[in-house]
Amino acid sequence: MTRPVLLQGGRVIDPARGVDQVADVLIQDGKIAATGTGLGTPDGAEVRAVSGLVVAPGLVDVHVHLREPGNEDEETVASGARAAAAGGFTAVCAMPNTDPVTDNQAAVGFIVRQSVRAGLARVYPIGAVSVGQKGEQLAEFGEMVGAGAVAVSDDGKPVVSGHLMRTALEYARTFGIPVADHCEEPTLAAGGAMHEGLVSARLGLKGIPAAAEEIMVARDILLAELTGGHVHLCHMSTRGSVELIRRAKERGLAVTAEVTPHHLTLTDAACERYDTHAKMNPPLRERADVDALRGALKEGVIDCVASDHAPHAYDEKEAAFDDAPFGIIGLETGFAVLHTELVRHGILTLPELIARMSTTPARLFHLPGGTLAPGSPGDVCVLDVRTPWVVRAAELHSKSRNSPFTGREVVGRAAVTLVAGRVVHEILPQH
Amino acid sequence: MSSALGKDLVGLEPLSADQIRLILDTAEPFKEVSERPIKKVPALRGKTIVNLFFEASTRTRISFEFAEKRLSADTVNVAATGSSVSKGETLVDTARNLEAMRIDMVVIRHGASGAAQFLGERIRSNVINAGDGKHEHPTQGLLDMLTIRDTVGRIEGVKVCLVGDILHSRVARSNIWGLTKLGAEVAVCGPRTLLPRGIEALGVRVFGRIEEAIEWADVLNVLRLQLERMEKGFIPSLREYYRVFGVTAERLARAPRQLTIMHPGPMNRGVEIDSRVADGPHSVILEQVTNGVAVRMAVLYLLAGGRPELAVAAKGASESPGGGGGGGSE
Repeated sequence: MTRPVLLQGGRVIDPARGVDQVADVLIQDGKIAATGTGLGTPDGAEVRAVSGLVVAPGLVDVHVHLREPGNEDEETVASGARAAAAGGFTAVCAMPNTDPVTDNQAAVGFIVRQSVRAGLARVYPIGAVSVGQKGEQLAEFGEMVGAGAVAVSDDGKPVVSGHLMRTALEYARTFGIPVADHCEEPTLAAGGAMHEGLVSARLGLKGIPAAAEEIMVARDILLAELTGGHVHLCHMSTRGSVELIRRAKERGLAVTAEVTPHHLTLTDAACERYDTHAKMNPPLRERADVDALRGALKEGVIDCVASDHAPHAYDEKEAAFDDAPFGIIGLETGFAVLHTELVRHGILTLPELIARMSTTPARLFHLPGGTLAPGSPGDVCVLDVRTPWVVRAAELHSKSRNSPFTGREVVGRAAVTLVAGRVVHEILPQH
Repeated sequence: MSSALGKDLVGLEPLSADQIRLILDTAEPFKEVSERPIKKVPALRGKTIVNLFFEASTRTRISFEFAEKRLSADTVNVAATGSSVSKGETLVDTARNLEAMRIDMVVIRHGASGAAQFLGERIRSNVINAGDGKHEHPTQGLLDMLTIRDTVGRIEGVKVCLVGDILHSRVARSNIWGLTKLGAEVAVCGPRTLLPRGIEALGVRVFGRIEEAIEWADVLNVLRLQLERMEKGFIPSLREYYRVFGVTAERLARAPRQLTIMHPGPMNRGVEIDSRVADGPHSVILEQVTNGVAVRMAVLYLLAGGRPELAVAAKGASESPGGGGGGGSE
């Protein structure tokens, strides 16, 4: 049995209950036991003075790639869960584009077992929409949910067939799970390496037009309306998508959306000099897109932040731009980058950022956690939002190093992360 | 250590107008070397150069090789096409191997945009871009500019229209950067499917019809239409392309002034250009080829640290300086 933990005198932010005040948080028997001022110390409790730090519900990321099974040299469930904990995350949802694809109950159960064995951040599997992610036959949603899947997605690829997407949304209703779609019209995006715009024209790289995403966003919204199913739109990147989602929400449709830290902070200019650490799909867009995404996150048109953590071996990115794979890691930099760029620049308040990185994603995917309400899981992060630090590749816990943020000075970092009341990450105080 | 052009020549976009003029002026004295019975000067004696061609090329590779040999460099040609290894992996490993062999310069052609820069950032040797994907082909841009300067007498204020597949053309990009930096007016003309969206932002005018381009231009630089563009659906047929965008004698006859006709080769006669135009009196297509050797000699010489003011002397100790029609630098 782990000892009770008393986090004493921190700034407690719990968006689910509208709490933002200096208080204590007591975690006992793996759950939040109490929050409030002047809490007594139970026998044997480990008392941590956290004044000057922020105590928040553990962050939740509904979109990560952990590469296990199949590419354990790039990441494993354990290394990904370690990176997550270091980033303040207590729960992450692992996309099923593994090798073999996580498209059945045995594969889902394997991820769950690896997660339990690691004992770090919780890892919830997402099952595939289609068998083998081939876009043809529905995977067994019911059995996968029974084994622990919290959503379905063919992420990495779009669900190209309108019929398949329709049936997935209809069928998923039985199990109350979202269908998370990677929105990309494949014939428009084919061969593209970055956003289609002035930078791609200059660099001589094939562009992916914003319309490639927006066409599928529009389709998915129409199918959500047709079916009443919950469609979750992954990694939104364009201002046009924002407008489509805004209209869908005004009509009360079950459409939710996520945005990544990199799409909120970087533009296609990052691809200059053919920097393959700026190559991801969807691609980094233009300033006006970044501004629209920020506004949408603030307003709630886009519901939450997700990292799209996508580890790749160092030598895969060491290639000509066209030849390098898409994707970057993000678990250990997400909060830091957004706190630095959005909170410190007055675009989001800290409670708003925590809501979008914890409370809301937990609610959308029906995950426990995302709140410090008594009785909730003892999943907590203690955030240092004052001390600047520099992102250094060698200090990351992920097995991969493909980040565009290395070398950057940021402010905002998980000092302590607790999962079920147990410390899974801690930056030792420096004397 | 660093030359007047820096370490590498990856494109014309990063060069200043003065650096471009320097290359063109340095090419002037080298033109004459190729006219001699013994076409060799010792400027790069003892230097080793690798011509690394990941894409098939005849003209550009031969032109570089002549330029190198006429400067007395030791050259090795590597044709790395058809490798089963993926291009990226090959490139990294190739870079390491070249570095290990302590060669002085690498001339690289590669199908991936950015490949020359990628190599340049990883090896100490000078890297010269001989065409990288759809990005740049700087020595082609330079030889086109030298040919315009020879023919029209200047570059500033000259109206140059690039015709054809701008979207996939590295020649177009190098022409646009180089010509606009030196004050030419630049336009592009072609089907909208083959023009990059937003190209106007690079400071060029866009003509949707070839007749308008001919009416406007002093020089037409007619680009090769890759036959695969039809297969990929950018144009319906070569026949229709010729009908709508072909540079024909009939269309040129209606021009308000005499146009200079250029083509970087190899030509598709009867597709982008009519044979009567290509072989006509106002075609400078073969002059472009001749100038290609001189421009490449100038680039090699300057990158190797050759001093521009000694380029005339570099032609050979026995020669009296000044022959070769030094271009006016400003």
